[in-house]
Amino acid sequence: MLLTVPALVAATTASTERAGVPKRLADTGLYANFAELQVAADNLPFSPQYPLWSDGATKRRWIHLPPGTAIDASDVDAWRFPIGTKLWKEFAFGRRVETRYMELGANGEWTYATYVWNEDGRDSVLAPERGVRGLLELAPGVRHDIPSVSDCRACHQGAPTAVLGFGALQLSSDRDPSAPHADGAKGGELELDALVRRGLLRGLPDAFVEHAPRIAASNPRERAALGYLHGNCGHCHNARGPLADLGLALDYPLGEARGAPALLTTLGVASKFRSSAHANDVRIAANDPDHSVLARRMASRKPLLQMPPLGTQIADDEGLALVRGWIASDLAPLSSGASMHSPIPDLDPLAKGRRP
Amino acid sequence: MNKFAPLLLISGLAAAGALACFAVHPDDQAASRVERGKYIVTSFGCADCHTPLKLGPNGPERDLAMNFAGHPASLELPPAPTLPPGPWNVSAAGTMTAWSGPWGTSFTANLTPDDETGIGKWSEAQFLETVRSGRHLGRGRAILPPMPIEPLANLNDSDLGAVYAYLHSLPPISNRVPQPIPPAE
Ligand code: HEC
Ligand code: HEC
Ligand code: HEC
Repeated sequence: MLLTVPALVAATTASTERAGVPKRLADTGLYANFAELQVAADNLPFSPQYPLWSDGATKRRWIHLPPGTAIDASDVDAWRFPIGTKLWKEFAFGRRVETRYMELGANGEWTYATYVWNEDGRDSVLAPERGVRGLLELAPGVRHDIPSVSDCRACHQGAPTAVLGFGALQLSSDRDPSAPHADGAKGGELELDALVRRGLLRGLPDAFVEHAPRIAASNPRERAALGYLHGNCGHCHNARGPLADLGLALDYPLGEARGAPALLTTLGVASKFRSSAHANDVRIAANDPDHSVLARRMASRKPLLQMPPLGTQIADDEGLALVRGWIASDLAPLSSGASMHSPIPDLDPLAKGRRP
Repeated sequence: MNKFAPLLLISGLAAAGALACFAVHPDDQAASRVERGKYIVTSFGCADCHTPLKLGPNGPERDLAMNFAGHPASLELPPAPTLPPGPWNVSAAGTMTAWSGPWGTSFTANLTPDDETGIGKWSEAQFLETVRSGRHLGRGRAILPPMPIEPLANLNDSDLGAVYAYLHSLPPISNRVPQPIPPAE
């Protein structure tokens, strides 16, 4: 090894140096006392009811709003956060592995960073901008990757809001008991009604103050399936973001009077994805998950096929069983008219007229 | 004389220069952006892979009817050859638009501004996102070899914008390039 020690230090600091981004988790303000991992009292814990599957990681999340500020919820599906808002999400696989961090700067842009914990759990330092491949073994031959900043953006900048798990549906106090992987709001965690009561949320349309938001569905499985797609896919597949032209919307916008886009844009709709294995398939074929491109891509972890395309290397068996069960049993083919959702004259209504 | 005077003079000139810049007709600015883009695209050799080769009287030549339209949809290829193990593990079709290797089979994209099959509907921001993330449509699967995505990402935003402007100035050609084929198990 010819690298001298100073050169090595320079090389490592160069790779993690990012203007204006704290180098240690301890300096982001999450903890009041880092040595004891005591979270500061003004950082409020929360759990989205439809969490993202991340290969089985257990997660904890917190939000910090600058004193005296409030979130503007007048667009119920795209809350506007005050400058200086901070959010954290901790990932653990048996032990703490990384803590992801977002902060809204004075210029209105979000900063994304993630802090990697060392094995003894005593320090957590800024990951390089390109991420870290294969940091930790999850299963034989499968290793957890620390995402690059451009991967944070791929998921967080694909919808009308960059904050994905802190919104009206996700924080509803009418929690879905069938949602996969939800650890439920633990005592003392923030929910929608508490946010309103404490004056941290302004402008939320009255309807959602009176009735906690809830997915309208014909049965509990359908409710959970639509919620799963909202939480795991809707941040890329929606009618208001950069992928709107695909005409595939898997989010559940509360501000929409129409039925769930995840049905309107999938049931019997031809897939734009063409491959030898999926020639002429539709996105969702009622009663037939094996010929539904959506379920097949969810089941795959081949790089060219898998959905979501990043952030996971192990298929989510529980989420997949839920979605397959829903497709197999709860959907009536369009022509029968038996679907709970009104017949759809234009299969792709959401892709029109709603571009940002 | 105030010792800052020369500096003031220079910054005054710079300001005048900036003003002169604003005075340039917007069409000229757009034209120079397209020119800059053409210069970069030509120097990078993007057409080497994105314009198919055809056999002419003097050997292989660019098929200008398919200028920047990527792998011709009309050209159905047999499956890529299975190569014996060893270092010679990549093959290419004679068009230079279809490539096979450990990543599977990839087909060069239609870079003309056709709305349905090219980059016609892409905004400049989406073009930048695609290049910066190295991901299909800015947020999908990784873009496959031999697309030189990293050298392209080395350009600054203004040069990448110029590349986008040039590609958008080309005549649109309707050509739906096939999707990549995953490697055999
Ligand atoms: C595969 C898509 C994906 C990637 C990649 C990703 N995130 Fe997220 N992130 C989500 C989703 C979806 C949520 C909300 C659901 C949840 O927390 O389970 C979320 C939640 C968060 C939260 C809590 C605030 C919120 O938006 O709900 C933070 C902080 C966060 N992510 C930071 C990051 C950072 C920093 C990176 C990159 C190092 C990153 N994320 C990469 C999808 C992603
Ligand atoms: C990080 C962004 C991202 C996330 C998250 C994501 N997708 Fe996709 N998806 C894409 C992109 C980009 C495409 C288009 C390119 C392609 O087909 O690979 C796509 C295409 C698809 C298609 C084919 C489109 C068609 O016309 O039929 C389906 C089906 C799909 N996704 C389902 C899902 C499901 C289900 C989830 C959640 C489990 C999901 N996606 C999550 C980015 C994403
Ligand atoms: C050595 C061959 C080669 C050269 C040179 C090349 N490309 Fe590509 N390009 C490809 C291939 C192959 C693909 C398809 C990759 C895939 O499907 O993932 C591609 C895909 C693309 C895409 C589509 C990305 C997406 O979202 O799917 C863009 C944009 C692009 N190239 C631009 C350029 C530009 C601009 C240049 C010149 C600076 C260039 N390419 C030079 C081979 C090349």
